[in-house]
Amino acid sequence: MEPSTKIHFSRRNFLKTSALASGGLLVGFNLFTACKPNVEPPVDISKLNFNDFNAFIKISDEGKVTIFSPNPEIGQGVKTSMPMLIAEELDVPWSDVHVEQGVLDTANYTRQVAGGSQSLRFGWEPLRQTGATARQMLVNAAATRWGVDPSECSASQGVITNGKGEKLGYGDVVVEAAALEVPENVKLKDPKDFTIIGQEISNVDIDEIITGKPLFGLDYKQEGMQFVSVLRPPAFGQTLVSFDDSNARTVNGVTDVLQFGNKVAVLATSTWAAMKGKKALTANWQQEGTAESTEMHDELLLGLLNGTAFETLRKDGDVKKAFAEADQVLERTYESPFLPHNCMEPMNFFANVTDSKIELVGPIQTPAGTAARIAQMLERDESEVSLEMTRMGGGFGRRLYGDFAMEAAEVSNLARKPVKVIFSREDDMAAGIYRPAIKYKIAASIKDGKLTGYHLKEAAINSNMYGLIPNFFPAGALENYQVDAANYRSNITTGAWRAPYTNFLASAEQSFFDELAELMEVDRIKLHLNLLQNVKGTTDERIQYDPSRLEGVIHKVVEKSNWGKVPEEVYQGFAVYYCHNTHVAEVADIVLDNGTPVVKKITCVVDCGIVVNPLGANNQVVGGVIDGIGHSMYGELTFKDGVPQSNNFNTYQLIRMDQTPQVDVHFIESDIAPTGLGEPTLPPVGGAVANAIYKATGKRLYKQPYMKNLDVKSVIG
Amino acid sequence: MPTFQLKINGKSQTVEVDNDTPLLWVLRDHVELVGTKFGCGIGQCGACTVHVDGVATRSCLLQVSDMTGKEITTIEGLSEYGTHPVQEAWKDIDVPQCGYCQAGQIMTASALLESNPSPNETEIRNAMSGNICRCASYNSIEKAVQVAATKLS
Repeated sequence: MEPSTKIHFSRRNFLKTSALASGGLLVGFNLFTACKPNVEPPVDISKLNFNDFNAFIKISDEGKVTIFSPNPEIGQGVKTSMPMLIAEELDVPWSDVHVEQGVLDTANYTRQVAGGSQSLRFGWEPLRQTGATARQMLVNAAATRWGVDPSECSASQGVITNGKGEKLGYGDVVVEAAALEVPENVKLKDPKDFTIIGQEISNVDIDEIITGKPLFGLDYKQEGMQFVSVLRPPAFGQTLVSFDDSNARTVNGVTDVLQFGNKVAVLATSTWAAMKGKKALTANWQQEGTAESTEMHDELLLGLLNGTAFETLRKDGDVKKAFAEADQVLERTYESPFLPHNCMEPMNFFANVTDSKIELVGPIQTPAGTAARIAQMLERDESEVSLEMTRMGGGFGRRLYGDFAMEAAEVSNLARKPVKVIFSREDDMAAGIYRPAIKYKIAASIKDGKLTGYHLKEAAINSNMYGLIPNFFPAGALENYQVDAANYRSNITTGAWRAPYTNFLASAEQSFFDELAELMEVDRIKLHLNLLQNVKGTTDERIQYDPSRLEGVIHKVVEKSNWGKVPEEVYQGFAVYYCHNTHVAEVADIVLDNGTPVVKKITCVVDCGIVVNPLGANNQVVGGVIDGIGHSMYGELTFKDGVPQSNNFNTYQLIRMDQTPQVDVHFIESDIAPTGLGEPTLPPVGGAVANAIYKATGKRLYKQPYMKNLDVKSVIG
Repeated sequence: MPTFQLKINGKSQTVEVDNDTPLLWVLRDHVELVGTKFGCGIGQCGACTVHVDGVATRSCLLQVSDMTGKEITTIEGLSEYGTHPVQEAWKDIDVPQCGYCQAGQIMTASALLESNPSPNETEIRNAMSGNICRCASYNSIEKAVQVAATKLS
């Protein structure tokens, strides 16, 4: 049951299209010189003259290689790890590689998306094939030059060698190679021969980041560009009735004020002028939809959980019967709030709409979809749209939605000027596409000391649960199992937030299992291991996780966390989860500081298959864990009269360094194809922390954010 | 509009902006130093941290009119080639994830080490807690500050 086998690649098409770009680009080539392969590396590889080889690879005469990273970089590290896959099979020294962000190019790249922790999983085979194919073409070109059969030649570290020991560098033959027919069925390396994959490779943008070079969307500028601040409805469900821009137009630097749809754009020659101009606007709004509040949401969601308006997403056996026949039933309700994404780089986008083209530049997780939507909105042909992705100051799902790019395109279209829309922090938090408030009711039945039934009900604002999730653990482990979901349609915009669908579910379920184990008087580790036994050998193809891999991470986390063997002032909580194709187990160590729980350490064991870049992988795992702690302990966005009640970091708490535990990371050694790491360590950690807090305080936590809902005084008392 | 003479990274710069323009936006929009980042605009996140007369300060809260005669250092001026011990430590540890907050983190850390060359764990955590990293690279930042302190000693 290896999940990666479920992916089907169209390898042949992928390679053909990726290599096609080389043809026409060879015209104009004029610097072919017979450089020796052992040429001294130049100071700055990016300044060399490169020959286009295909959409992913350019090779200079000196043999230096530029690799285009196809997918958007949001901090998940793919701008480093995806090119590593190509470089590995191309077989060049990493020090000879210069990485550039690829632009949106639907003809040559597939799935240019940052989301769902899927970039490496989907890129694993095609990107290595790309590198291996290029390598074979270089070998073929050298063989032709020498008049020998390619099978007599080998290539390694950027140098091709023939049977006589003669050598040619990749740069020597790149032009001939790029014109050759694209070979099929090239052989990929045996993982034991990897020289780049599995090595600790630094972030390719590290030098630019630490010296403050322009990299991000907010840093992008063009001559004549207008800075735009947008006034949006202050409450969800409101529409614009009228506005007065007379004061705004007197602000130094403001060049224009434009209404578009339900919003007003202030154009200016600087960001500050645009922001000041927006503050000087006055507007009248009319409440058309419901002015919603958190109290209303709580009531509605609890009403849904207790009602019957569910869609059943998975049903095994008969939970009703199991509950009726049970000796004991445990039923608990878990609650979570709305969460804003709060990327450190506020939403922004550049657009230049002219009669002949639509130029878009900025931070976006979904370049292809956004370009298509903008073309449709402006009734233009998609071929007129170009989109360049900048490095992103965080994504977390918020930049999957191109609303900000559409705003920029709409304003530029009206103004017929290059513009950049810039959200203030207040705009960013108040005009969000939030993780919806979600509540779960989980019930389990026990008969003769055994777990006989499990019933999970979800009530969410707008939507959350989707098809695959009901097939995660503990699906398949119980004869009677049911997952139901119900929604309330709200006018508050909601969407994917890091580890969508499971970011609270895992906390809820793993807290529930802890309580369940206690009620059943079984060890909580053993309860999980017993349930996993039931899944082994299953023929149910819907089951997403691998019970043996979950078992593996459980055993290792028990060992690495010294589970049950820590000093008595340390309280431990356990959680295990599968999501985003990766298996994770975590143990939280907390202590009490004057009665207040302090998370000191998280031991995190991850099975993501082959670890492509241990340095980047560690960063993702640690970041996901701390992010998960921060949001389960402190994160909350409430609403009153349709208005978000937090709009900056003075009223919204993000975790800071003095609240951060040390995260001890361990990977399961594996030769299975890699899966993603941007998300899967986040969901379970809330459960691990809640379970540790229970051990320390005797108080079960059912509602996030925990710190708000934990009566610290009663703990001290 | 009034003009202001500013000393940024050792160079004298003249800008023509409104009195109330925050130093952050002068740097980003008027003198093309975009390394200093906009995060919150209210001094809560630390992304815009620069050194003013050697002290780590939130540039979003400083009006340009108060900046004349001050020595302003931004991430671009911390070292000529990115070789300040704090920058090197950030590279050694490979701290950044998205990287957006890191200029502010580096400016806070370098000012800390200037005033306290060998901070203990609590001093590091307290000093760095004004800087938010949404990717939560805090473990690495903490380690990098320790590495930088070792490099400096």
